[in-house]
Amino acid sequence: MVREQIKTEKLNLWFGSNHVLHDIDIPIYDKKVTAMIGPSGCGKSTLLRCFNRMNDLIDETRIKGKVLINGEDIYAPKADVTQIRTRVGMVFQKPNPFPKSIFNNVAYGLAIQGKYSKSEIKDRVEKSLKDAWIWDEVKDRLHESAFSLSGGQQQRLCIARALANNPEVLLLDEPTSALDPQSTAKIEELCLVLKNQVTILIVTHNIAQAGRISDFTAFMYLGDLVEFGPTEKLFTVPTDNRTEAYLTGVFG
Amino acid sequence: MNIRKLKNKLGIAVLTSSLIITALFLVVFLARIFYKGASVLSWEFLSAPPREAMTAGGIFPALVGTFWLTVSSISIALPLGVLTAIYLTSYGKPRWFVRIVRIAINTLAGVPSIIYGLFGMAIFVNLLRFDVSLLAGAMTLAILALPIIINASEEALRSVPKDFREASLALGATERQTIQRVLLPTAFPNILTGAIISIGRVAGETAPIMFTAATFYSRRLPQTPFDEVMALPYHIYALMTEGTHAAKQVPIAYGTALVLLCLVLSISAVAIYIRYRIRKTRKW
Repeated sequence: MVREQIKTEKLNLWFGSNHVLHDIDIPIYDKKVTAMIGPSGCGKSTLLRCFNRMNDLIDETRIKGKVLINGEDIYAPKADVTQIRTRVGMVFQKPNPFPKSIFNNVAYGLAIQGKYSKSEIKDRVEKSLKDAWIWDEVKDRLHESAFSLSGGQQQRLCIARALANNPEVLLLDEPTSALDPQSTAKIEELCLVLKNQVTILIVTHNIAQAGRISDFTAFMYLGDLVEFGPTEKLFTVPTDNRTEAYLTGVFG
Repeated sequence: MNIRKLKNKLGIAVLTSSLIITALFLVVFLARIFYKGASVLSWEFLSAPPREAMTAGGIFPALVGTFWLTVSSISIALPLGVLTAIYLTSYGKPRWFVRIVRIAINTLAGVPSIIYGLFGMAIFVNLLRFDVSLLAGAMTLAILALPIIINASEEALRSVPKDFREASLALGATERQTIQRVLLPTAFPNILTGAIISIGRVAGETAPIMFTAATFYSRRLPQTPFDEVMALPYHIYALMTEGTHAAKQVPIAYGTALVLLCLVLSISAVAIYIRYRIRKTRKW
């Protein structure tokens, strides 16, 4: 039986007076890939950003309800945001490496914690780059700028950077929408391997992508979680006709 | 030839002549200073104090004075200005307070420099009892440089892509670590540009140091921050307005102007070179 690693309870979110998420109850299973799909503006990225509290950065954000990670409410008053974000890594839509060397990009998350020795950091950087399938391409130029890499390589570098913190959960916010098909395929394959070590949540506009890599899929529409279930079931016998309409391309 | 093409040619001619007239002013200005000033330049001119009621000798104390005034005022204004800019861009709350601070900074930028001089005299020289001194002058010049540095630093910090900040915070960095390790290093070359501009401003100002730091004549160099100093721009002013040997003083004034120009240019050149090196090593 798979373990529920994350669970939301009646999660509501407002930006100012705009009610963006309505009573979301969703389980996220340990070491599985969960895809979140839905038309633009349905709240799927906002929901993703609830799991590492990135919505905190937006003024006038108000949240009600609970987000439990391993049973711990990350919105509890005593919760430590920086600690949550080291446990829950994130990769963004546009590759966003720092204007630093390849090595220092990956070492960043460890360096700021200030509790790792140089050799530990070096080992972890190497391991993360290997785990993100980019080691062979960069091992001879670790001290060159991260901007010397191609878009697809930069995105894998960002994955390596997130993995260096050894997170329990990896959030991917449309990670391939800015990439070419080949780079996209590589990152999809990578997800299928990475789920052995980390729980993956991916927001995607690409329905086929959700079908290819996810174990569970959540379909969202206008701030509601319309349907959640095993990907195979949701794609073949959706219970809600809005899900069916979206999957068959009636609206998008 | 049709009328549209004629208009086009005419337009280009107007633009070209504006450029030539502007460039001409600069060329004539520089040529005159070089021509008139170069004749008095010598090792002695740079290394000796003035003699015989400023009609002979050199400008060494003024050179040293301007150097110290510039370096110390920038050392005061740069950290203050950058920290203010960080506050305005990263913490900036409440909004009304930020708005008032920003209005104050822009007003400060528009104040005539003689007012800075009077303010410096009232506060630093009289109230705080620094007397006419290097310190009082440096503080006054620092206030003058502040708005330039704050505005340039704010602009520099704002132009750092938001992605970098998000990426850093998402990795578990605190706001302070994000500023220190990502925002500041990325914005640094542009902050340096602001510093370069203010160096030029500060080194050449006369009015703010008139009542706060500068003295007409001093054979010895400042020993402590509480000594009064000679300064290049003020020395030029003195040579042109005081004394009775105009024929001997005017060439010295040109020479001093030439030295001041070269000093500002070389300080800027070093800073521009540093900025160039940093920009070359990072691309994004």
